[in-house]
Amino acid sequence: MAEIALSAVSKSFGEVRALADVTLHVANGEFVVLLGPTGAGKTTLLRLIAGLETADAGSLFIGGRDVTQQSPALRDVAFVFQRYSLYPHLSVFDNLAFPLRAPVRRLAPDVVRATVEKTAALVRIAHKLQTPVTKLSGGEMQRVAIGRALVRQPSVYLMDEPLSSLDAKLRAELRLELKHIQRDLGATIVYVTHDQTEAMTMASRIGILDHGRLVQVGTAREIYENPVSAEVAARLGTPRINLIPIEALASDALPAAAATVGARTEHIRLAADPSGPGTVTLVEHLGNESHVHVELGGRELVCLAEPRRELASGSRVAVTLSNFLLFDRAGRNLDLGSARPARSDLVFA
Amino acid sequence: MSEIRLEKVEKRFADFVAVRDSSFVIHDREFFVLLGPSGCGKTTTLRMIAGLEFPSSGTISIDNEDVTSKGADERDIGFVFQLFALYPHMNVRQNIGFPLRCQGVPRADIARRVDEVARLLGIEALLDRRVAGLSGGDSQRVSLGRAIVRDAKAFMMDEPLGALDAEMRERMCGELRRLHDRIGATTVYVTHDQVEAMAMADRIAVMNHGVVDQIGSPMDVYDHPATLHVAGFIGSPAMNLLPVSAALAAGQRELELGGTRLPIPLQTDALSERALVIGVRPEHVELVGEGGLRGQVFGSEYLGTVQIITVNTPHGQVKVRADSALAVTPDAPIGLQFRADRTHLFDATSGATLGAARTGADSSTSSARVASGTRGLHIAPSVAHG
Repeated sequence: MAEIALSAVSKSFGEVRALADVTLHVANGEFVVLLGPTGAGKTTLLRLIAGLETADAGSLFIGGRDVTQQSPALRDVAFVFQRYSLYPHLSVFDNLAFPLRAPVRRLAPDVVRATVEKTAALVRIAHKLQTPVTKLSGGEMQRVAIGRALVRQPSVYLMDEPLSSLDAKLRAELRLELKHIQRDLGATIVYVTHDQTEAMTMASRIGILDHGRLVQVGTAREIYENPVSAEVAARLGTPRINLIPIEALASDALPAAAATVGARTEHIRLAADPSGPGTVTLVEHLGNESHVHVELGGRELVCLAEPRRELASGSRVAVTLSNFLLFDRAGRNLDLGSARPARSDLVFA
Repeated sequence: MSEIRLEKVEKRFADFVAVRDSSFVIHDREFFVLLGPSGCGKTTTLRMIAGLEFPSSGTISIDNEDVTSKGADERDIGFVFQLFALYPHMNVRQNIGFPLRCQGVPRADIARRVDEVARLLGIEALLDRRVAGLSGGDSQRVSLGRAIVRDAKAFMMDEPLGALDAEMRERMCGELRRLHDRIGATTVYVTHDQVEAMAMADRIAVMNHGVVDQIGSPMDVYDHPATLHVAGFIGSPAMNLLPVSAALAAGQRELELGGTRLPIPLQTDALSERALVIGVRPEHVELVGEGGLRGQVFGSEYLGTVQIITVNTPHGQVKVRADSALAVTPDAPIGLQFRADRTHLFDATSGATLGAARTGADSSTSSARVASGTRGLHIAPSVAHG
């Protein structure tokens, strides 16, 4: 296993700036997830590490070696794609054994067998080794694809949305398994996704990409609790954080630089109040919790509520914000880098 | 008024029974969701209500009028499908107005209705745009517009949000429900996504293998699942289900598993030894250092305010919803305690719930289960007495 160091890497395709000045250090054994919408540059960054693209500027080290100009084959990385890309005419065993049978390796058949069996157990496909891959379910195929990457123990694993083609239930299962396998192997993984749940649940650290720039790197908790900007705050957390212009609050207790209040659903308290300023427009009962939509001064807030709270559509409520975030005119978090000061609750008039 | 009533409706395709002996009522102005995995018969049920398929037996009535043998064009129903079937050569305005043009509605009336609908959907600015360049969400708003532009008796929606990405789907859930409330129509909505169903429905019919397992409000099917299938299908992460084999005595409230006693709903009747399943939701399990059902931490998933901790036990994996501030160590031994009043017990073979845990049950639930009697999902004796 190995660490990865990117410094000041940039990449353009014609006029389009795909990556701008990206510096990222991935420690040995770390699981870094790059999160961003389509076009943010996350796949380009992954392909750069793999050597499938070459940087216009900057440098890339893997395991202490400068690989900036090296071909993919010399970088000792394994790539898992979104689509399984297995050999359809081969069995699970032969698909897993394929990378080990490459002529350069010359491994003895019993070594190949032992390695394949160990890997198959790891990705829980050992009971289907002789099955043709075309007979597998989607989840099984993707486990084989991941297994094929694991089998050769490269320095670094690169994964491009490997779970996105699976259904929700399977995705949740494999998420947990992949994290577990990574920890067992002490593997270094760079993983690309646009799914914030995958990022939050698997990553040692998340890198948030926005228009080719790496805008924040941190643990899920760090980014969730202390996002650098309103834009980043909206990337983590479902339902999305409520961003409320300061004018809507008419409060003089806030710093002058504050332009926007960021209130996550759990930062909003609702109380039934016939003369309250808010009107409940929709209650979504999700079982373990409810999402209450409140219309307030022409904007909609989404708030978290206990599942058994009786807040009917149409009822009036008082709305209080606590433990909220503040952003300036440029969207920057006002309290970044400092402990968030204790602020008194805000009550909507 | 548009109440939809199904009585003993069955649909067979050759030897395959797609929908079996279904009887239920969809109330006027209700947002009614047919929920289940693929192949459970939900789309076939919707298509029969719409008149796109005809039942092999049974009757369907809308507003007390028997429409069983009437075609879709005679039922006055609006449709929205998963794929935005928009006419590419027409702009947004023409697409929305199309159903009215087909009916020969005067031009001025069409213009007025289209404007109304566009305002309702917040797409006034798009009216003169070509449909080709629209985003997924906007395309789906236009197909909604085309469905609601007629004053239909009821709207049928077949996975209308299935093709959208997660964020857009979440937003459209809210929009759809509010739209339903504004136009005050009856909506029948088909999905395999339990989150959509929970978020939007007044009542959910949970289907499995052509049978309606349970009908109830989102909270009812979540808190009081009538069958093992409903218990496992509703909720994310799903309810923890632990298999155990035991006999039950009247008055019993605990079951022995892995050297610990787990709470179960109060049993009113004795049952001979059989395969059972204990169910408990992730938010009703507590982690304890000593005692409880012993296991090992497999992993934890941070989700902001909460985390989901997965624990491997010799009896299966158990997921626990816990405060995200709680620190757990991977592979550490840990105990699980189930909240006494929040466990469920099922007969593993019939799938029926056992015990007196049900309170405030929806009356239509039991009728749905009676209707499904042919598949052995009979009411357990203990429930019938209770």
